[in-house]
Amino acid sequence: MGINRRSFFKLLGVSGATLAIGSEASAASKSKYKTEFYGILHDGTRCVGCRGCEFDCAEAHGLPEPVKDVPAVRTTDETRNTVINTYETAKKKVFIKRQCMHCNEPACVAACLTKAMHKTVMGPVTWDGNKCMGCRYCMVSCPFDMPKFEYHSANPKIQKCDMCFDRLKTGEAPACAFNCPHDALLYGKRRDLIKEAHRRIFEKPDQYHDHVYGERDAGGTGWLYISPVPFDQLGMNTSLQQSSYPALTTGFLYSVPTIFVLVPAFLLGIQQATKKDPLNDEQDDE
Amino acid sequence: MMNNSYQVASDHEGKSMWKFLLSEFKPKGKLLTPFNIISIPIMLLGLGLITIRFMKGIGAITNLTQDIPWGLWIGFDVVTGVAFAGGAYVITFMVYILNMHKYHSIVRVTVLNGFLAYVFYAGALLLDLGRPWHVINPVIGNSFGTSSVLFLVAWHFLLYMLAQLIEFSPVIAEWLGAKRARKILSGMTIAAVIFGITLSTLHQSGLGALYLMAKDKIHPLWYSEFIPVMFFVSSIFAGLSMVIFEGSITHKVFFGQISEKNDRAQKGIIHGLARICTGAMFAYFFLQLLVFIHGQHWHLLNTGMGYWFMLEMLGFVLFPMLLYFYSYRTNNLLLIRIAAILTMLGVILNRLNVTVIGFRWDMAIRYVPSWMEFVVTLAVIFTEIWIFRWVIRRMPVLRDPPAWANDKP
Repeated sequence: MGINRRSFFKLLGVSGATLAIGSEASAASKSKYKTEFYGILHDGTRCVGCRGCEFDCAEAHGLPEPVKDVPAVRTTDETRNTVINTYETAKKKVFIKRQCMHCNEPACVAACLTKAMHKTVMGPVTWDGNKCMGCRYCMVSCPFDMPKFEYHSANPKIQKCDMCFDRLKTGEAPACAFNCPHDALLYGKRRDLIKEAHRRIFEKPDQYHDHVYGERDAGGTGWLYISPVPFDQLGMNTSLQQSSYPALTTGFLYSVPTIFVLVPAFLLGIQQATKKDPLNDEQDDE
Repeated sequence: MMNNSYQVASDHEGKSMWKFLLSEFKPKGKLLTPFNIISIPIMLLGLGLITIRFMKGIGAITNLTQDIPWGLWIGFDVVTGVAFAGGAYVITFMVYILNMHKYHSIVRVTVLNGFLAYVFYAGALLLDLGRPWHVINPVIGNSFGTSSVLFLVAWHFLLYMLAQLIEFSPVIAEWLGAKRARKILSGMTIAAVIFGITLSTLHQSGLGALYLMAKDKIHPLWYSEFIPVMFFVSSIFAGLSMVIFEGSITHKVFFGQISEKNDRAQKGIIHGLARICTGAMFAYFFLQLLVFIHGQHWHLLNTGMGYWFMLEMLGFVLFPMLLYFYSYRTNNLLLIRIAAILTMLGVILNRLNVTVIGFRWDMAIRYVPSWMEFVVTLAVIFTEIWIFRWVIRRMPVLRDPPAWANDKP
């Protein structure tokens, strides 16, 4: 049950080197599976920073309970899959939830040489401890720095949000979105969430900054954000490329079969051409 | 370290193989040499640190963080170490593909060096794996992450080690006096060489391609989509400079093993390699210049990282290139060796700039390797040198092969 990206690349490989640029946004709809990616929309105008989702997340994943008093801005780590960060902006105080973005074409999945990182058909990116060898290439590749590694364990795991994949399989919403008391988190099909996000911006243009973060950033992500202020004021990286990260390595990977065919043939040719002619090898021994 | 009473390998005929092997495993040479006195404590300390690492986790002895998951062990041991091992594919290309017999006398020692470098530096990768018991997953089973550059690199390391072992195996056969095996094994050399060069082309550049997805994390002066090409081209002169450097040392240390003919050839070889280095470095410098101009990064030059970049490019690429050029024109062996050392420093600088120094250069808290990371790295290097010395003293690597094995094709 591998998700489309790999088969999608295979298809591309067959049809020649027409690169993946531009097609990633519709990757979900191109899937041969009838399922669409699910995602969550975070509305920065609604979130009041109660941090209830942090507690629900820790409970759902068996992680230590979050501490009460925390600095305004934190990052996720191996003990917490999500954090609520607080930013005093010119407009108002804005809270933003950070966690794995569940990219449409995740760099971590492309990076993983054991398929431990896996983009599921429903959208969540999950991690499989039975396959992972702990090389941390996913961490090097992730543009959001979301996979976290247990450096102080002899049997370390990669920790990150898995969008409560176990709950999703039984038809439930992720713990954070399910429990959010202010409807700041909306769980649903990614396509619907994008429509909903644009509807909210369209209806109250003075309340929102006109950008759905994650619609195209990093080639499209499962988590989507709308907020009253531009996202660079909320610690989000707004200079990420608008296309797929795995596509950065496809050019190199496509060159592999070419080199594997051409270089040995070329080498063998030179070797044959330069070797001493047994019929005529009198005086070129130097 | 010197020991003039080397056993000639093929002498053991008549003795049983077991007796021969047993006698070969006994240490030869003096125990209390300066090298041993320095290396033994470091190797023991490294072993202790590795034990701690496997009991308490990677964080116990490294300074790696969630933002900087790859540090000295990957950036230096693997990425830089493999670049220096590039000499093996360049020399085998010259000797077996271009049939340049002039370089034949250094093929064996270069291949041995390359092989050991891969075994130890790629082996050092195991120390850096959090879950090394799963390292077999990308090789067997149904977990082929074929979209990963690291998958390619891992497979190539494995296959290239095999290819190098085949290239080196006639030497082992000569050591053991196995005539028939030697004949079969040396028949496989050309195939192994062709396969090995192809693999090297791909994984030398593949090590650079590993960082292509870290687009936003590497300083723009070092990141471009041409990292793979840069890594490949620089591996040519990195490897050859290592051959010059290492050749100069082994020539001194193991002088008793080198025949008069090969001793005389040494100078010509170093000259030839210096010429190739000049050419490869010129191409590399020109490529870097093109990428820099196309990247439109002029404004970055007048920053701290910009000066660092210029130091690397001018001080450790352009300058050693000119030095190579000047010294082979003026026939100055000492200057060639200095140029080789400067070039190697430049390659270390370049690899570390991509993988460690320029990686998340914008972080408030920078990664600085812990002293324990350095000790483990040194321990790995010293262990490799020990094995290298062990092999040189026993097998016909530097000295001429036994008379029975003298087959000019």
